[in-house]
Amino acid sequence: MSAPTIVRLEGVTCRYGREVVLEDVDLDVREGEFVGVVGPSGSGKTTLLRAIAGAVRPASGRVVRDPRATVGYVPQVETVNWYFPVTVREAVLMARIGWRVVPWPSREDVAEAEAVLARLGLEGLGGRHIRELSGGQQQRVFIARALLRRPRLLLLDEPTSGVDVRTRHEIMHLLHELHHEGLAIVVTTHDLNGIAAHLPRLVCLNRRVIATGSPWEVITPEVLERTYGAPLEVLSHGGMPVVVERFEELVEAGADVVALGEGHHEHAR
Amino acid sequence: MSTLVEPFDYAFFRHGLVVATLAGALCGLVGVYVVLRGMSYIGHGLSHAIFGGAVASFVTGINFYLGAGVWGLVSALLIDKVARRRTVGADAAIGVVTTASFALGLALISRFGGFTRNFEAALFGNVLGVTFADVWVVAGVAAFAAGVVFFRYRQLLFATFDPEVAEASGVRTAHADLLLALTLAATVTATMNVLGVTLIAAVLVIPAVIARLLTDSFARMLAISVVVGTLCGFFGVYLSYYLNISSGASVVLLSAAVFVVAYAVSGVRRRLASAAVPFHLS
Repeated sequence: MSAPTIVRLEGVTCRYGREVVLEDVDLDVREGEFVGVVGPSGSGKTTLLRAIAGAVRPASGRVVRDPRATVGYVPQVETVNWYFPVTVREAVLMARIGWRVVPWPSREDVAEAEAVLARLGLEGLGGRHIRELSGGQQQRVFIARALLRRPRLLLLDEPTSGVDVRTRHEIMHLLHELHHEGLAIVVTTHDLNGIAAHLPRLVCLNRRVIATGSPWEVITPEVLERTYGAPLEVLSHGGMPVVVERFEELVEAGADVVALGEGHHEHAR
Repeated sequence: MSTLVEPFDYAFFRHGLVVATLAGALCGLVGVYVVLRGMSYIGHGLSHAIFGGAVASFVTGINFYLGAGVWGLVSALLIDKVARRRTVGADAAIGVVTTASFALGLALISRFGGFTRNFEAALFGNVLGVTFADVWVVAGVAAFAAGVVFFRYRQLLFATFDPEVAEASGVRTAHADLLLALTLAATVTATMNVLGVTLIAAVLVIPAVIARLLTDSFARMLAISVVVGTLCGFFGVYLSYYLNISSGASVVLLSAAVFVVAYAVSGVRRRLASAAVPFHLS
């Protein structure tokens, strides 16, 4: 029996003015799922997350959310105003919105915020300004804020954009841990090889849902061409699909790669 | 000693001092949101727009505070509405709405005339000409603004820092924006006769900017801005008695002097902090 649905999008169309950003999108996210959303810039990935979170109202169609499911939303760090005067603790405690009338947080709120910060490796940094942290720490501050809402569904908008490989691994490791604890996660990404290929379920989006399924089902030259509007090659490496932009160049430069990893590489489709 | 307390012998001075201190605190509080939302120009523009409402109130015989207050709120909402059109943008929307409103005030003055004194007070402020009623109005608006910030602290902070996520987290950001527009319009209207259209923006912006230079915490910024606004309001008017200059100008000049000191202090502090980082890490 499949897990219950947390959120369902039925024929959702979203517009900014006259511009259609999402068109007739149908999508289910179930309890405990880990879903990646890929697509080119301007394909509607952020709008999709915002529609799921209830921050944008569809022009048509509907978004049905389990009313008991709290949603945690982690924005792109590029959209954060890093010069806003806010400490790590203040930023995280914003999650406790509407739970208390007076401005100051309760002892329980502070204790829980400190526990979440400690869990994400940010203990002792509560009094620091958010700008004073490393890229990975900054991203974790906003994950901490989302987790403090005690969500059942976590939405992350390009959580690994602009961070180095090590930080990307740390963030993805954390997300996999949260997923194993039962949290449903939807993450948008541009990183097809480093992230998307490792997720259990992918949604290819370009205003409409082009395809959805496991990485092997959707990371194909046909689907990618329909999604990105450009021909892309897909190789197999260690049982994972690997997308390359210019296959000829890779082959030219890849003699060493083939020599080192012969038997693991093949032309996928 | 008697020289220092001499101004307090005059009732008009006491009223002026109380109202300037309250106005300083009020503008210090509201100014934090004005500065952090990048609305400094709105504070400036709104005071000009409300000038149109003030003149219209005089002409039609409506209570000044009611007429100018409603006019200010409508102007703020119009700015918001026009600014939402991407092809126009916020700065142009402020320019269109506020200058049109200001021009309407000027047109009414040239058409009907007869209120030169009030006109000057609205433009340049008249701290020492305030009535007891003015004191109560500024105190009432200050209490309203303090209530808004106290009871809506988290919503306003979230909506100011990160409106997109705030909306996704259940904050009605449109309500928060409306509440701030209402508070700002009430602030500008209440302090217009005291500080003047031309000086309100400075009193709104300078204490908040000083506070921003001195802290990286939002809660501390609010507190510092209110304290700086209060002290500059009090000592600005107090010094104006001895310097024999306009009270509004004295408040703004004192605020500007504090800004220069805060700017220098924050610069030195930043340099010391950079110097404390080991060379190999910098």
